[in-house]
Amino acid sequence: MNQDKMETPAAPARWTWPGLGLLQGLAVSGKNFVQSFYKKERMTTVQYPEERAPISPNFRNFPFLCYDGDDPKAGLRCTACTICEKECPPQCIYIVLDRDENGKSLKRPKVFDIDISVCMNCGICAEVCPFDSIYMDGEYELSTDDRFGGLMLGLDRLSKSADYHMKLRPEQATEVMERRKAEEEKKAAAAAAKAAKAKADQEAKEKAAAEAGASGEKGDEA
Amino acid sequence: MICRAPTLEGSDEDQLLRVSLGPQHPSTHGVFRMNVVLDGETVVRLKPVFGYLHRNHEKIAEGTSYLASMPYTDRLDYICPLSNNWAYALAVERLAGVEVPERAEYMRVILAELTRLINHTAFLGFILGDMGAWGSALMYAFREREKILDLFEDLTGARMMANFMRFGGCRNDLPTGWAERVSVIVNDYGPFLDEMEKFLVGNEILLSRSQDVGQLPKEQLLNGGITGPMLRAAGVNYDLRKADPYGIYERFEFRIPLGEKGDCYDRIMIRFLEMRESLKILRQALAQLPEGDYIHPKAKLRNFKAPVGEVYSRIEGPKGELGFYLISDGATNPYRYRVRPPSFVNLTLLEDMCLGLDLADVIIILGSIDIVLGEVDR
Repeated sequence: MNQDKMETPAAPARWTWPGLGLLQGLAVSGKNFVQSFYKKERMTTVQYPEERAPISPNFRNFPFLCYDGDDPKAGLRCTACTICEKECPPQCIYIVLDRDENGKSLKRPKVFDIDISVCMNCGICAEVCPFDSIYMDGEYELSTDDRFGGLMLGLDRLSKSADYHMKLRPEQATEVMERRKAEEEKKAAAAAAKAAKAKADQEAKEKAAAEAGASGEKGDEA
Repeated sequence: MICRAPTLEGSDEDQLLRVSLGPQHPSTHGVFRMNVVLDGETVVRLKPVFGYLHRNHEKIAEGTSYLASMPYTDRLDYICPLSNNWAYALAVERLAGVEVPERAEYMRVILAELTRLINHTAFLGFILGDMGAWGSALMYAFREREKILDLFEDLTGARMMANFMRFGGCRNDLPTGWAERVSVIVNDYGPFLDEMEKFLVGNEILLSRSQDVGQLPKEQLLNGGITGPMLRAAGVNYDLRKADPYGIYERFEFRIPLGEKGDCYDRIMIRFLEMRESLKILRQALAQLPEGDYIHPKAKLRNFKAPVGEVYSRIEGPKGELGFYLISDGATNPYRYRVRPPSFVNLTLLEDMCLGLDLADVIIILGSIDIVLGEVDR
């Protein structure tokens, strides 16, 4: 093993020049004190309520739900698959699937609650979501005087438009938008192909039936 | 915990003074209490009391998926979350045989060494605070630490609770220009350390308060399972990056600083030297950083299952040997999950280090162990 021995620098002799080390230290703090008045990189204070430091595109706080278009209810991407509910480490997500009167799934959440007093901002829900629906928000001014209701975010407060996502994380949102568009086009193409095939099948069937009818007629004749 | 009979001759048990030190405010080292028995100013017995910050980490991890424990590891040693992430990811990767791409390995080394810088810099501030110099040293240290935390925020999304490593790589790639910003910080760090050394090392008060305080023989440290800078300050050459290499540490050239006496002064100095070695590693890693995947393409996020088996995996955390012991029964959650936290083990010899010294020395010795109560109590 090539482990070199490395010596600790010898301690300065203790009492040769009493107070020399102290004075050296004071010089350092004096330098820092003076620099803090004119050096640009040292004046980092941001006057908070009036101005805000820009947040990084990767910054994450609490989750939000993304919807397409203008209607938060109709355009919601969430399908209430409950993957995020299962994966959430502190179990702060609560989802109820919406069903019609026959009990058939409508593939959208009836209730989607996130208790942000429990949420630990890990971002795992956003990572595991297969429907590009849940993302981490950058909003940090969330203080409230309502200890329970104010920190329990429901669908109304969680739903935010795709434009908001685009503004918050342009890179990620563009990538998601392009992927979704491509998928939709593919889906539309597949649907069109299916419709065309169905039409062709129908035509073929009609033709076959007509032919069969014709041959039947022929048979009758014979 | 060992409770000894009074060791000083001629002291009557009734004359001893029992002092309860703490529980301290979290901004110092965490919520920690010491029951000290004093003969005048001299410590006769010392009993650490901890558990104020117990969060049931291990049992929670046994009930959740492998991935869901990752954000909890951030909260173990909250000064250096990325090292904890790495230690846990490494354990699961060894258990499940997941491969890590080259670029991710380099990213991990860079993040771990930046974390070491953060930890040791914060340590310098804290120990000066323990000596009564609460202010300048801590502010200088935190100023530099904050620059690195800004980098972490841009990369991982959070200053401290990173939740960044995944089984088979890292969560996302480095943002554009991130590596260059690290180089700037690495280049600025040397002058900062010079300034800090000038500020502290020759200071007579620091010398007289830290030299020959809290020494223990090497054998006792080894028997106590002490690891990390504490052990190396006493001159024992044991660093897992060399002794049991993990990741890609074999590719880098660096030395292991060793102290001589193992007193508090050596423990402070060893951190300065380790930071300089970390800067060396960072420079090499940044120069060699390859292009490629940041996570293995077949890495699984959801429904991750490890094969039946057990693994103990350890890394050289900034505070010492950080180990994770996992037993899997093939399910999506570990059957047994155990953390070997360096600060907890290093704390066990606190009484032996303090006996016969003054009460004021106890505070410095506790500071020089560099404990974080998030990790001690788990």
